[in-house]
Amino acid sequence: MTYHHPSTLARAALVLFVLAIGLAAVVSWPASPARAQEPTPSDNQVNAVAKQLYCPVCENVPLDVCPTQACAQWRQTIREKLTAGWSEQEIKNYFVEQYGARVLAAPPPRGLSLLVYLLPPLAFVVGGYIVYRAVRTWRRAARPRASPPPAAEDEYARRIEEELRRRE
Amino acid sequence: MLANLGFAVLVITLLVSIYGIAAALYGARTGREAWVLSARQAMLLTWPLVTLSALCLVALLVTNHFEVEFVYSVTSRSMPGYLKATALWGGQAGSLLFWSWLMAAFASAAGLRRWDRDREFLPWVVVVALVTLAFFLSLIILFENPFARLWAAPAGETIKAMFAPSGAVLVTPGDGQGLNPLLRHPGMIIHPPMLYLGFVSFVIPYAFGMAALITRRTDDRWIRVTRRWTLVAWLFLSMGLVLGGRWAYDVLGWGGYWGWDPVEIAAFMPWLTGTAFLHSVMIQEKRGMLKHWNMVLVILTYCLVIFGTFLTRSGVLSSVHAFAQSAIGPAFFGFIGLSFAASLALLLSRWNELRGENQLTSLLSRENLFLLNNLLFVSILVACFWGVIFPLISELFTGQKVTVGPPFYERTTGPMFAGLLLLMGIAPLSAWGRTAGRSLGRLIVWPLAASLVVPLGLALSGTHNPAALLGFWLAAFVTLVTLSEFWRGALARRRIYKEALPVALWNLAGRNRRRYGGYIIHLGVVLMAIGIIGVELYQQETQGTLAEGQQITLGKYVMTYDSLAEFNAPDDRLVARAVTTIYRDGQKVAELYPRRDFYYVSQQPMTIPGVYSSLEGDFYVLLVGWEPIGSSGATFKIYLNPLINFLWGGSLVFILGTLVAAWPDRERARATARVPAGALAQRAK
Repeated sequence: MTYHHPSTLARAALVLFVLAIGLAAVVSWPASPARAQEPTPSDNQVNAVAKQLYCPVCENVPLDVCPTQACAQWRQTIREKLTAGWSEQEIKNYFVEQYGARVLAAPPPRGLSLLVYLLPPLAFVVGGYIVYRAVRTWRRAARPRASPPPAAEDEYARRIEEELRRRE
Repeated sequence: MLANLGFAVLVITLLVSIYGIAAALYGARTGREAWVLSARQAMLLTWPLVTLSALCLVALLVTNHFEVEFVYSVTSRSMPGYLKATALWGGQAGSLLFWSWLMAAFASAAGLRRWDRDREFLPWVVVVALVTLAFFLSLIILFENPFARLWAAPAGETIKAMFAPSGAVLVTPGDGQGLNPLLRHPGMIIHPPMLYLGFVSFVIPYAFGMAALITRRTDDRWIRVTRRWTLVAWLFLSMGLVLGGRWAYDVLGWGGYWGWDPVEIAAFMPWLTGTAFLHSVMIQEKRGMLKHWNMVLVILTYCLVIFGTFLTRSGVLSSVHAFAQSAIGPAFFGFIGLSFAASLALLLSRWNELRGENQLTSLLSRENLFLLNNLLFVSILVACFWGVIFPLISELFTGQKVTVGPPFYERTTGPMFAGLLLLMGIAPLSAWGRTAGRSLGRLIVWPLAASLVVPLGLALSGTHNPAALLGFWLAAFVTLVTLSEFWRGALARRRIYKEALPVALWNLAGRNRRRYGGYIIHLGVVLMAIGIIGVELYQQETQGTLAEGQQITLGKYVMTYDSLAEFNAPDDRLVARAVTTIYRDGQKVAELYPRRDFYYVSQQPMTIPGVYSSLEGDFYVLLVGWEPIGSSGATFKIYLNPLINFLWGGSLVFILGTLVAAWPDRERARATARVPAGALAQRAK
């Protein structure tokens, strides 16, 4: 529910989107003196990488919006690496090597960290199975007692009337 | 003096609570009514006592008693009076006192209710409420004392202690450190009390649940008694969450409202179980089923409330070391573990007495759909809890710290939230006990067909994101189903009672406030979902460095940077404030002043956005950087947050719906009005 996106696909789409906007802004801008300075690489390119990283000090603040001096230096590092022609993945790897996996917004799905991703779906499936079993047992127990005939023609009106009667 | 008084009163309150617990236990065991009544009086007494203690602390805060360490750490002379007073919940020690004060208030309110129909619950409700209160009071007295003062030891170092260490003299700093600047915001003044109110009021349903288990009165009485408490708790918790989001949006300066931060999740988790509980108790009331499950939910909610209180102010989950070093961490976990184990053991010992009365008969019955709803809420809870504690587990077992951030939560919970929306569209059409597939199909086909117009229209007009199409379709579907429920209900009333439509609508909602209040809440959720989809999937951002007079474009908007001023504000901060003009489609629509405040004492920067709001969305600009000597310009980060005001508007609808559902019944109001004020006291004798 925030600046990140539900799936990698969506995230990739957004990164592209942001880049495209940035690019479009650069391309479509008339070459007049009243134009924003566009350093190479642009702030948007730097932020596209930075928003996927977290510095170890400012907990839970993504790097692209963190106002501290330290984070500004990290962004500067990203800019330098981009200038040197590094890819996004190379830059992320560099930060992981330097500061550990905690700089990533979510742990890489390897080793123990695989559990992060496996447990919630597993819990859902197990929970679903428990619910399914419970419902089946209940239905089986109820079957001998013949179920009443299916809903009447205007089932809804009947329900309302019944409820109103009960309330009054 | 005041500090001593406040502390002494706290100690007395703790003793009173312990007495109350003992008297209630003794009274319940021996059947001596007088002891139970005495325990109740003890519970009623805690509120005035904690009030007195809290007032002492507020007086110290307002009158700059910096020799008190808590006052020194959260206030300063330059802060306005209202901020000094509300700094009561600006730090951990004060927050715990404030929590205890609310707890005592709710315990007293529960104590004052009419007990004639459920007297056997009384001693156990007293025990649970007072044990909770006593736990918090002991935490304050033993570990986090807001009245502790600063002393200079003979050796020269400064000691924080309640009473003078030998040979030490009192230290009175000239000024305090002041409140964390992030907390100096109206949202932050109201948000913690709302959250805490929500937390504390969930203790009452738990107390009644436990009382029902202990007394073996396992019908749905405890649920009927606590229905309104639960709704009120849920209302406050929801408001606390929304206000927290609004505060983040206005103050934290990252263009969002929810960052899946452990502190946010800590407040969200009891809300999840509470929401599941609100739905599943209906199954017990209507069908006499799921008695075990409701107990499990109320126990979980209570434990998560304590967990949330602990997490929101301590931050000790950030690392194993922080946890081990904090004095209250182990105490909290011990208490949560004990209450969880004890409650579960109690539940297991009563397992066979909680057998359901009815059986499910149809797969599509409303109770089955509610079961699915509960499954989804609990699965979201599992994902949240797991995400919050995994960094600790990882650090413990591999020594490696990891961040479990938004991408994880969004990926795991996103589909489940979508599932909840779908259920919200189907469940209102199903019936209790049995729903024939055919009749449900007949009811669903029209809203389903009509709602498909929305994604089709969107797809034709160029929206191709599948998540967005699915989300907007669900929103349309739930809206149609919910509105048609109102419509058909009103038509039925018009036919039966010959009422005019508006009257019929009013009476319909008035006669079954719980159901129609619930539907209004659903409509609020749909509006919020629209806002969330808008921001999540269509947020745009750009950043650029502009010289004065230059402009930057994002979407339909153009922003020009006009000027920037740096100045010192009276409350010890350096303000850099930019003036920008916003144009939409070439028309000037607003002048915005994004700024960066730097607080000297705490050495903390704070980024306050400039926001231009419309129904379509927000233009949200942050001042990210600037050169003090104007020429090379300032850097701005701009977000377009489409549809975000649906989120805020939806939350108002949501709150309105909860008020409708929780509003006291007229019959009951009349019944209580007839009882003279002194009657309760007399009855109690």
